[in-house]
Amino acid sequence: MTTNQSQSEADTTVDARGATCPGPLMDLISEVRAVDTGTVIALLSDAEKSPTEVEEWAEKSGNEVTDVVDQGDHNRIHVRKL
Amino acid sequence: MTEHIAIVGGGTGGTVLANTLAEKLGAEIAADKVEITLFNDGEDHVYKPVWLYVAFGQREPADGRRPLREVVDERVTIRHDYVVDIDYDRKELELVDAIDPAPYDKLVVATGAQLDPERVPGLADGSHHFYGEDGAQALRDELLTMDGGHIVLSVVGTPHMCPAAPLEFTFMVDDWLRERGRRDEFDITYTYPIMRVHGNEHIAEWADPRLRERDIGVETVFNAEAVDPKSETITSMEGTKLEYDLLVAIPPHTGSDFVESAGLGDGGWVDVDQHTLEATGFEDVYAIGDAAQTGVPKAGSAAHYQANVVAQRLASEVRGQPAAAVYGGKTICFIETGMDDATFVEFDYERPPEPSEPTQAMHWSKLAYNESYWLTARGLL
Ligand SMILES: Cc1cc2nc3c(=O)[nH]c(=O)nc-3n(C[C@H](O)[C@H](O)[C@H](O)COP(=O)(O)OP(=O)(O)OC[C@H]3O[C@@H](n4cnc5c(N)ncnc54)[C@H](O)[C@@H]3O)c2cc1C
Repeated sequence: MTTNQSQSEADTTVDARGATCPGPLMDLISEVRAVDTGTVIALLSDAEKSPTEVEEWAEKSGNEVTDVVDQGDHNRIHVRKL
Repeated sequence: MTEHIAIVGGGTGGTVLANTLAEKLGAEIAADKVEITLFNDGEDHVYKPVWLYVAFGQREPADGRRPLREVVDERVTIRHDYVVDIDYDRKELELVDAIDPAPYDKLVVATGAQLDPERVPGLADGSHHFYGEDGAQALRDELLTMDGGHIVLSVVGTPHMCPAAPLEFTFMVDDWLRERGRRDEFDITYTYPIMRVHGNEHIAEWADPRLRERDIGVETVFNAEAVDPKSETITSMEGTKLEYDLLVAIPPHTGSDFVESAGLGDGGWVDVDQHTLEATGFEDVYAIGDAAQTGVPKAGSAAHYQANVVAQRLASEVRGQPAAAVYGGKTICFIETGMDDATFVEFDYERPPEPSEPTQAMHWSKLAYNESYWLTARGLL
């Protein structure tokens, strides 16, 4: 799912810009570990494969990608911990 | 006035840097224009790659330890103290044991990484590891006395030191058991947090079929959530549960608390410009090695190359010349693929690693590199 405008607000943000794959995904997983169920995390990443990797991981781990926003030089990926 | 260059951390990066600087700035040190001080919280320099071999009874922890004073050029002042914080206005370092703060004009942070097993409930009690001296010895004893069962190698935390080491251990334990004619008494499972067996796609592609052809079970997308030492099980955030008889874990890592208190970056990792290695938003502060967020692996070879770059930059700055040297991401890595063969990769920010066919010669090169390390750290090689 890619939209140009954010449709959901995040509760917390992980800024992984500058990190190469799989750094952003790992940063996201660390944050998922730390927060309560229901929390929406915004992952900022400029790694090309992040949207696909995060989507794949979320599907497998039973979490939900609620939004992928193309911000020009990076993506803002929203993930809800389920 | 004497210009103070302070280096925090006397591991691979800090030591190579101190020695290279002493060489480059020999004349300035002799003329009292420059003083180099290396701060380390212990008396010894520790070479961590030896621990992988300790786990298989091939080396002793003492082989990876030498007094820092023997390894560091005598023109460098060594202070055994823990650096707690930085006063950026006064350009001073606050130390745990000293009453007076220490001055710096140029500062390099080389504080490395440390283990943080407490982040996963049950991990500290329920697992073994080869990421420390005591851990590696306990693991060796366990391996020698085990009579069959399930060995699980779980990469719990990333980033971690030496991204190749978990694969190396897995290939080595498989071969070690085969050499003893005991492989059929054991199951081996390798777990990794993401969708492939290694963070780097090229290494993952190379390693995946090799793990499978050696009958090593593979569990990807496995992020350890809890370990139960009583029932000997490890459960992932993704809902997979594995029973183990021996759990070898790569524990989560953090950087030095000092980095966090000095506001240099989150989690103990310093935000840096990946080419100049300057700390983002701070003047006259550099970071190298595992402590620096460059995007390259936490490897001694990267720390070494980065130390060379920062040494050149600092030498130029001291002489009032523009600092021209930059780090291109160069990292080299020998990867053991058994007890008797290994492969080698070399890569940088632009070029990905391309593992070659493992050979016995490469294995001997890795052992030779370990032997010659003390000369390398000393700046002689
Ligand atoms: C089992 C294992 C195998 C490995 N194999 C390889 C390999 O084959 N090849 C490879 O390239 N790399 C390998 N590595 C990784 C390599 O050891 C590290 O990447 C390397 O040591 C990093 O160097 P460094 O200088 O950044 O940090 P370190 O060598 O960890 O040194 C940091 C130093 O700073 C000190 N310190 C921390 N905080 C403070 C403070 N606030 N004040 C004062 N002192 C402080 C620490 O005590 C330590 O002495 C391996 C690591 C392990 C654990």
